[in-house]
Amino acid sequence: MNSNGTTTIELPTYKASDFASDQDVRWCPGCGDYAVLTGIRKALAKMPNKKEDYVFVSGIGCAARFPYYMETYGLHSIHGRSLAVATGVKMANPDLQVCIVSGDGDLLSIGGNHTLHALRRNIDLTIVLLNNEIYGLTKGQASPTSEVGKVTKSTPLGSVDQPINPLAFALASGATFVARSVDVDLKNFDVVYKRAMEHKGAALIEVYQDCNIFNHAIWFYASQKDTKADTTIVLEHGKPMVFGKDKDKGLRMIGSGFEVVELGGTYTEDDLWVHDETDRRVAFMLCQLEHPDFPEPLGVLYADTAKASHGMRIHQQLESELARPDAGDLQAMINGRSTWEIHG
Amino acid sequence: MSPKTNGAVAEAPLESVVIRFCGDSGDGMQLAGDQFTNTSALFGNDVATFPDFPAEIRAPRGTTYGVSAFQLQFSSNDIFTPGDTINAMVAMNPAGFKVNIDSVEDGGIVIVNSDEFDKGSLEKCGYEAGYNPLEDDAVSRKYKVFKVPMSRLTRESLAESSMGAKDIDRCRNMFALGISYWLYERPLEATIEHINTYYGVKKKRPEVAEANVKALKAGYFFGETAELFPSRYTVAPAKLEPGTYRRISGNEATAMGLVTAASKAGKKLFYGSYPITPASDILHTLAHLEHMNVLTFQAEDEIAAICSAIGAAFAGDIAATGTSGPGLALKSEALGLAVIYELPLVVVDVQRAGPSTGMPTKTEQADLLQAMFGRHGECPCIILAASSPADCYERAIEAVRLAVRHMCPVILLTDGSVANGAEPWKLPNIADIPAIKIEHPVHAGMAGEKFEPYVREPKTLARPWALPGTKGLEHRLGGLEKQMRTGAVSYDPDNHHEMIQLRANKVEKAADTIPPLTVRGNSSGDTLVLGWGGTYGTITSAGDKLRAMGRDVSTAHLHHLNPFPSNLGEVLGSFKRVIIPEINSGQLRMLIRAKYLVDVIGFNDVNGRGFFIDDLAERIVAVMDH
Repeated sequence: MNSNGTTTIELPTYKASDFASDQDVRWCPGCGDYAVLTGIRKALAKMPNKKEDYVFVSGIGCAARFPYYMETYGLHSIHGRSLAVATGVKMANPDLQVCIVSGDGDLLSIGGNHTLHALRRNIDLTIVLLNNEIYGLTKGQASPTSEVGKVTKSTPLGSVDQPINPLAFALASGATFVARSVDVDLKNFDVVYKRAMEHKGAALIEVYQDCNIFNHAIWFYASQKDTKADTTIVLEHGKPMVFGKDKDKGLRMIGSGFEVVELGGTYTEDDLWVHDETDRRVAFMLCQLEHPDFPEPLGVLYADTAKASHGMRIHQQLESELARPDAGDLQAMINGRSTWEIHG
Repeated sequence: MSPKTNGAVAEAPLESVVIRFCGDSGDGMQLAGDQFTNTSALFGNDVATFPDFPAEIRAPRGTTYGVSAFQLQFSSNDIFTPGDTINAMVAMNPAGFKVNIDSVEDGGIVIVNSDEFDKGSLEKCGYEAGYNPLEDDAVSRKYKVFKVPMSRLTRESLAESSMGAKDIDRCRNMFALGISYWLYERPLEATIEHINTYYGVKKKRPEVAEANVKALKAGYFFGETAELFPSRYTVAPAKLEPGTYRRISGNEATAMGLVTAASKAGKKLFYGSYPITPASDILHTLAHLEHMNVLTFQAEDEIAAICSAIGAAFAGDIAATGTSGPGLALKSEALGLAVIYELPLVVVDVQRAGPSTGMPTKTEQADLLQAMFGRHGECPCIILAASSPADCYERAIEAVRLAVRHMCPVILLTDGSVANGAEPWKLPNIADIPAIKIEHPVHAGMAGEKFEPYVREPKTLARPWALPGTKGLEHRLGGLEKQMRTGAVSYDPDNHHEMIQLRANKVEKAADTIPPLTVRGNSSGDTLVLGWGGTYGTITSAGDKLRAMGRDVSTAHLHHLNPFPSNLGEVLGSFKRVIIPEINSGQLRMLIRAKYLVDVIGFNDVNGRGFFIDDLAERIVAVMDH
């Protein structure tokens, strides 16, 4: 303790490699998951938490092998249930930093219900949803995010199902932090991941992830150098929505929707919509902007830092109950309200 | 016999009385029965209860399927069941009368609310047009029927109340209770105190409290002044073991057992659950016990309930989940995960009649094989079963103790009758309950050694319970097969074979601390009646009765279904004949035959209710004399 009565905790300094477990990474060469693994290890090395306080949780699928590759605590659970398991971890020990990494099939199909409820409860978790629009581990069936018409092993005539928009789903479920990134874009991922981990509540990041075996190149428009500047827009809070290779395009609000405009002629930056990440209504509109009609938003679409997390509410209740005079009195508990004596 | 008030004669004290209150779901029969039980327990009787209600919250009024009943036996002896045949029935409407009259003994007392026996109500519950059982000579010859216009008398007694007609009619149950209190010479004080606390203080409706007390007293005074009942009856206090008692239901006992165990382990209790009949009361009870360091989590479904508990166990809580049969089916994949994670977890299954939704409010013992085998792969769990409401407390503590000792899930089977039934419970002295010792590793072992999460303690085969937050012990658990020391993913054939055996041996190891099976009666001889779970009371009573008649019958009751007590084989071998009565088609019998090659005789009634003592005794005799 120092002179002003506070304790300074020396945090260890980490390198990204400190977060690599001794297990060989077994994803297919060229899989987008590698970039995310690198991104998370690097981000953690820079964050002010102790390594032993991280718990990575996953369900089933290629992405769900993630915890095995992290030198942290981890649970590879069963298909779809990662968020339920993570909820228990976080409720039992709120000091732990709990992060879920799993795929679109795991989190939106078999586990869709748990995603909905973890988000609406605002449990202090970070969910990294690796969206490759396909079932990889089971070798190429349509997933809940596969586009209509998608030909896969299970939909030889083309998928007839409407896909889920993960971010719209998250917002509708009550998520207090919603963001998007692209697997190979480590710079944007780093920003978004750190914000998500720091967020006190349920944070969901959708990552466009390339499955180079069963659904290769579907995100290339958003990930390749020559196209991404025109097909995506990196959102920054308080900044006008400018995009394009030459920063010559922007999004303005017209009526109740967005419109792409060219800058330099009729329109200037002053005409563009300024990103306000606290505006949930606009976040709903943003997450539905789709290529090729619009640039697809990356970065933090929505962040509500005012809403109390589930953990805060639960532990407030628990603490106030534990302050009761009869707290912990087992004999009083079993005696209950009325007892009687039998004399010998 | 001595003269009593207004000509009623005090009969010689009775040993035991079985009374059943019945009426519509909304008639407050559970409350009336509950109060009669409390009063009798406080009076010093031994009591056992059987709440019997439909799954529908308010089935259409006056129908037979909307009948709600509460049966209790109160006695001056040690009793084990809520009784077979009914000595006295209070029926608030024709439907209640119709459903229950056949269970009343010949010459039994039947008190009816005659106001409800009108043409419409009689037809609604299926009596032929023009028929009224109260006018049937056959009925009045067979039973002592007392026709009391309870609706009218309640209304008259509350004529000055400010409450509406509907609220006034709701007090009829207290009027009926008052009559029964008079009939069996019960004091009114405990019920009056309850009414005042509940309605007056808690619900802040003093006018409702006042009306209910008035109706109760009016019923009591009606018994006293109306020259309707020729006799009054008494049941002396039971000679129970000296001590402090309370009344406890099985679900309350399970909840408090879990809390006690967590506290004895110095830990928080995490209970993840999804509402399901008849297990929800465990969640309700625990939700009120947050001050005992309990966190309850009402999950979005059964799967999330168990998964959250698994997560909590990983993070270091005493973790439990509770459900009934359909929920256990949903939890089975996650239970397999807990088995391969080797984390401590308690899963309570309050069994109900199946398959599928079955009969949710009726009891059954048909989940034993589901608990044993209802998971994919070879996936053994320790299985315990509670034999009575109070026994749930002991079993819940034992379940936690075994789960943490062996680092594995434990399934605790109770059932609808045990869970909802209540009995007097001699309160344990908390200080006498031993602590549950848990040691979490804090470092990897010898300096420089890497932590190996699947290295075992040889005596219990438990692996170390290393908690997240502990520096240097970072490790991953997964559903994939593990290398037997490091826990790393392994597809090695020999390793898998060995892990399968290790997980099975670990469950078997639990037998080291399981007490030997005790036999009631001779320890060897002609016939052993073996039971498990909620049939304890019936089997024990039938056995005691037959021995009193000089028959060579012993009884034994299993609380441990997997593993069995280590002396079970020896006990089975000490008898010429073994009978297992079960409320299923022979599940324990199948396990016993498979393991011990003993050709057990099964009595299998799958009726949602269970056995009656006399009937069981007769069937045992029939087998013995065959």
